[in-house]
Amino acid sequence: MVYENPDGVKIGLEVHVQLNRLNTKLFCGCSTDYHNDEPNTHVCPVCLGLPGSLPVINERAVEFAIKIGLALNCEIVEQTQFHRKNYYYPDLPKGFQTTQYDYPIASRGKIVIEGEDGERVIRVTRAHMEEDPGRLQHIGTIEKSKGTLINYNRSGMTLIEIVSEPDMRSPKEARRYLDKLRSILDYLDVFNGDLEGAMRVDANVSVFNGERVEVKNISSFKGAERALLYEIMRQKNHVRRGGKIVLETRHFDEARGVTISMRTKEEEHDYRYFPEPDLVPMRVADRVPGILRALPELPDAKRERFISQYGIADMHARALTTEIKVANFYEEVASQVDAKAAAVWVADILKGELNYRDIGIDAFTVEDIVAVIGLVKDDKITEQSGVQIIRTVLDEGGRPQDIVVSKGLLKVEDDIVAKAVEEAVAESPEAVADYLAGKEKSLNFIVGKVMQKTKGRADARETRERVLARINK
Amino acid sequence: MASWKDISGVKQQIAASSAEEVTASYLETIEKSRINGFVSVWDRALEAAREIDAGGHKGPLAGVPVAIKDNISTTGLSTTCSSKILQGYVPPYDAHVIEKLKAAGAVILGKTNMDEFAMGTSTESSHYGPTLNPWDTERVPGGSSGGSAAVVAAGEAPVSLGSDTGGSVRCPAAFCGVVGLKPTYGVVSRFGLISYANSLEQIGPMATTVTDIAILMDVIGGYDSRDSTSINRKNTYSDALKDDVKGLKIGVPEEYFGEGIEKDVEKAVWDSIGKYEDMGASWKKVSMPHTKYALASYYIIAMSEASSNLARFDGTRYGFRAEEGENWHTMASKTRAQGFGSEVKRRILLGTYALSAGYHDKYYLKALKVRTLVKQDFDRAFTDVDVLMAPTMPTPAFKIGEKIDDPLSLYLADVNTVPINLAGVPSISVPCGFSGGMPVGLQIIGKPFDENTILRAAYSFEQNTGHHKVRPREVA
Repeated sequence: MVYENPDGVKIGLEVHVQLNRLNTKLFCGCSTDYHNDEPNTHVCPVCLGLPGSLPVINERAVEFAIKIGLALNCEIVEQTQFHRKNYYYPDLPKGFQTTQYDYPIASRGKIVIEGEDGERVIRVTRAHMEEDPGRLQHIGTIEKSKGTLINYNRSGMTLIEIVSEPDMRSPKEARRYLDKLRSILDYLDVFNGDLEGAMRVDANVSVFNGERVEVKNISSFKGAERALLYEIMRQKNHVRRGGKIVLETRHFDEARGVTISMRTKEEEHDYRYFPEPDLVPMRVADRVPGILRALPELPDAKRERFISQYGIADMHARALTTEIKVANFYEEVASQVDAKAAAVWVADILKGELNYRDIGIDAFTVEDIVAVIGLVKDDKITEQSGVQIIRTVLDEGGRPQDIVVSKGLLKVEDDIVAKAVEEAVAESPEAVADYLAGKEKSLNFIVGKVMQKTKGRADARETRERVLARINK
Repeated sequence: MASWKDISGVKQQIAASSAEEVTASYLETIEKSRINGFVSVWDRALEAAREIDAGGHKGPLAGVPVAIKDNISTTGLSTTCSSKILQGYVPPYDAHVIEKLKAAGAVILGKTNMDEFAMGTSTESSHYGPTLNPWDTERVPGGSSGGSAAVVAAGEAPVSLGSDTGGSVRCPAAFCGVVGLKPTYGVVSRFGLISYANSLEQIGPMATTVTDIAILMDVIGGYDSRDSTSINRKNTYSDALKDDVKGLKIGVPEEYFGEGIEKDVEKAVWDSIGKYEDMGASWKKVSMPHTKYALASYYIIAMSEASSNLARFDGTRYGFRAEEGENWHTMASKTRAQGFGSEVKRRILLGTYALSAGYHDKYYLKALKVRTLVKQDFDRAFTDVDVLMAPTMPTPAFKIGEKIDDPLSLYLADVNTVPINLAGVPSISVPCGFSGGMPVGLQIIGKPFDENTILRAAYSFEQNTGHHKVRPREVA
């Protein structure tokens, strides 16, 4: 079935990724590990833009950027070239941002996503490097603020901006693109997506081949989907009422879920780009083959390998390969127990429980899941008990072997209860007859007998049901 | 009592007394100065000199006082580029050259006056008022490193550092009768030099002798990983101090003797070239056809870069801040309106214009192309000759106030110095005579990284002439 895109929606995304796995900032030696520290403690003359300071390129940052470019199937530039983007803002200590302009580090790549109607290729226009500005913190609300504080800890962090062509046709496809991009970046180990501001999204949206509108200030993937849904609806309604969509920049108000106009084209900045005289071009072409060789197996390749190597379903392979940690976890499990069973247990059950609790795979050990799968496979416990063990480990702690005992989950125990029910019914013909005659209370006698025989290990309610089932047989 | 000692003279004096006494006597001279060469004096200078005495420092500049242009960052000593906008700014770090000077045992005396943000040829655009030329206090000392040249000429410091973006070391050296070197781009780290036009400028030494220039270059030159444009290339400049120009091939670019050149200046330069011939060198005329476009190219590039470099001065983090406006943008605008002088504003505005959408290709991009052509002129000339010689400035020092209201005529004065910065080649200005009682500078231009040839040529000239020994009438 072909997706017809009835509203002619075109979405392009610009994603800023903060390469926070680098040890130091883009142009100075300041530590990137500032997230838990006091404001303005990770700063130096360079990232504060003090007079006379000069930038020096972080070579590792360039290598990270090349790695990302290659993972997105991009062409890599021969040598780096940085430009100055001139504009005034208090979070920008030099009055310009050092960024890349007509020679981005990477260009013309692609990301394959699961689109509305099957696999879809989203073209990546370019990926370029730039420095992050500082952060403003308003005292009180932005309208009634008594003042603004500036924290330059973030100033000079390495950003890579990944720009796509407007190849997405729905907010869902945009979301899939973001998820896939994050998955690839996760594999490359270039950033920690959990840190604040690690990924920031701007979107370009148009409908019916109209002018595009840029939506800024999207801080989460969920936010991106909401912002796009709202903006598409707004544009459609506007056109339906006879309005015309103009080239403009809008701001997403996360709290209200709406986009608000910031500026139209006439008010666009003239950034007066020119080559940064303080940085000399760095030849990178020679480094590319080495970085390419060292590139890890990426999500799509891993998914295909999982399907062929482990014989698991595409749906499972997809779920297992989104995060590198989960993929590695699975492979360790699969090396010890049946791979297909492992896929079900890790992809469906364990991931479901982890997602429900909003925690990562680190919260569970390979050893424990192998133990649970083993118990089920050896028919010692039911699948339901296996799930119960996983929940117990996550919520209360403990080892599966102990939980099986403490919760009395072994199937052997089931047999004891069944035997006790059988005996108790056989030993109490009068009570059975009374019950069948309508004396409900006489059932308690039989249940009590079962409890005696099992030394209280049987569940009273469950026993009652079993006795009933036996009598009514 | 001014002393006019060179480094070796100062060191003899230190040996006979102490670094502290020598520094004290310079501070005393500065105290009585009438030329307004210093904008600040380091309150720790005497202390630093005492430490040199106590530690028995053996560095090449142990105890030697040095004056520093006010655009070179010095820890704990205000660095303002002679601008109101940087009033109160005290850098938390030393420029690379300052680290090097301190390690060599030099004693920083203080900071010298300059055209605001190094934008000028006369030191008249300083927030602190003009520096006076020690040869004639009604005249300018040249610029923008006018303070650094004047204090050396007046004996208020034996040596100094300036910076040269379009002639800012060589012009005041010529006007004040001292020696000044603009090194090859990349030879001296710019780390800590407050940028005016980064692709053009270099820090350069100023002194009364070529020997002192070489000694200073041995200290401040060399690779610095903090400046990406710094070149990793070893050189010993003092090796060049040989009185020998036999076989040296001199090129004389005719375009440098064009319209506006003063007769006596021309004569002094030709006499000098004649002297070189006597000393065993040969000369020939060369043509550098793109010289006439250099000035326009230079000003467009310099102003464009400046418009961006000076954007950081917004009153937010350091320096002068205008009274709070209703929001940040108003405050920043007011700060810049009140903090910058008119020449700085003019260059920021013109540079902003040249980089604007629609004009970028017509001005900035074209200027870059011209820059390449100018550089090719030099490459071509140097296939045939070892050095080029020309007047540093077409005229001697003009009167204070004479040109300040006519920016274009001031810009035109840079006609012989700016091509050198566009090409990035080294150039030295040495005293070579007088015009109307004012010093004239001979400019010796070298191949990229060939400082040693121009130093040798300049040293030989000094050994065989007496121009550098003539001192201004005492002004202190």
